[in-house]
Amino acid sequence: MAPKNSKVSRNPNLIPGIGKYSRSQMYHKKGLWAIKAKNGGQFPHHEKKAKPETTSEKPPNFYPADDVKKPLVNKRKPKPTKLRTSITPGTVLIILTGRFKGKRVVFLKQLPSGLLLITGPFKINGVPLRRVNQSYVIATSTKVDISGVDVNKLDDKYFGKKAEKKKKKGEGEFFEAEKEDKNVLPQEKKDDQKLVDASLIQSIEAVPDLKAYLAARFSLKSGMKPHELVF
Amino acid sequence: MPFKRYVEIGRVALVNYGKEYGRLVVIVDVIDQNRALVDAADMVRTQMNFKRLSLTDIKIDIKRIPKKKTLIQAMQEADVQGKWEKSSWGRKLIVQKKRASLNDFDRFKLMLAKIKRGGLIRQELAKLKKEAAS
Repeated sequence: MAPKNSKVSRNPNLIPGIGKYSRSQMYHKKGLWAIKAKNGGQFPHHEKKAKPETTSEKPPNFYPADDVKKPLVNKRKPKPTKLRTSITPGTVLIILTGRFKGKRVVFLKQLPSGLLLITGPFKINGVPLRRVNQSYVIATSTKVDISGVDVNKLDDKYFGKKAEKKKKKGEGEFFEAEKEDKNVLPQEKKDDQKLVDASLIQSIEAVPDLKAYLAARFSLKSGMKPHELVF
Repeated sequence: MPFKRYVEIGRVALVNYGKEYGRLVVIVDVIDQNRALVDAADMVRTQMNFKRLSLTDIKIDIKRIPKKKTLIQAMQEADVQGKWEKSSWGRKLIVQKKRASLNDFDRFKLMLAKIKRGGLIRQELAKLKKEAAS
């Protein structure tokens, strides 16, 4: 027999709450008489399944004075910010805030935190491998060929602040200790920068004027209306 | 100064307001003091107020309210589009459109080209000045 997909009621509603058929008519329609006949005059009766023995719980020895409401369960999983359709790997972006404002920069990929991974390239405009927020960026329609670049090892942890070592305060050596604590960029990061930029710079030099374009900063000149400009 | 561009059947006009902004249309009939029936190759024949039209110098030879096919043929024979694109008004509009559609990179390249041209001009001028002085 084909499996029945929907559970349709045999007793259609005339009005919500009032069915078409009476109790005795439904008894006949449902075939309870046939089930009884099969079971020798009685309705089949199954023994209740015995519940497994649960170890008795100890009553708590502390009741809070006021009833505290339990917070609702939150099963929300945060996902990275929706990337604008105009931003694809290799797009040239214009940074709008921070020390690199106005710089034109190449977009590499979106990190799991939602931030965008960008690079100058460093040799061209001094912008290193960096994270930037999508909201502080204008996407131009200029694209750079990014196929030769491997960015798999770069993620949010790479850019996170390093956990500071606890300093023991020695009173006499206080000033000297402060001086030594300079942030030197580890050689590993410099090598990563060079690696990422190598193939990028090649594809940039293939397009005439693109290198000079990335080296220059963007600014609004007289007569430029941002709402009318096509980027 | 007498008028040179008249509203007449066959006058080509530019729409300067509304949904059809920027389109070249032909006046195919005059409805009353304020309105004309206009038609173009890829639009439905509609009425337009004269205030929405800017008359051009171009005129084609058609009878009152021609069929679409006849109109298109007449426009092609008179080479309306070609004449328009050669006229200074038409060329200006084309340049305006191009400038508005420039990419940020295109604007940068344009700036470089302008600087280069300016440099060449100044070189030539310096040469000419030297010759004139000597």
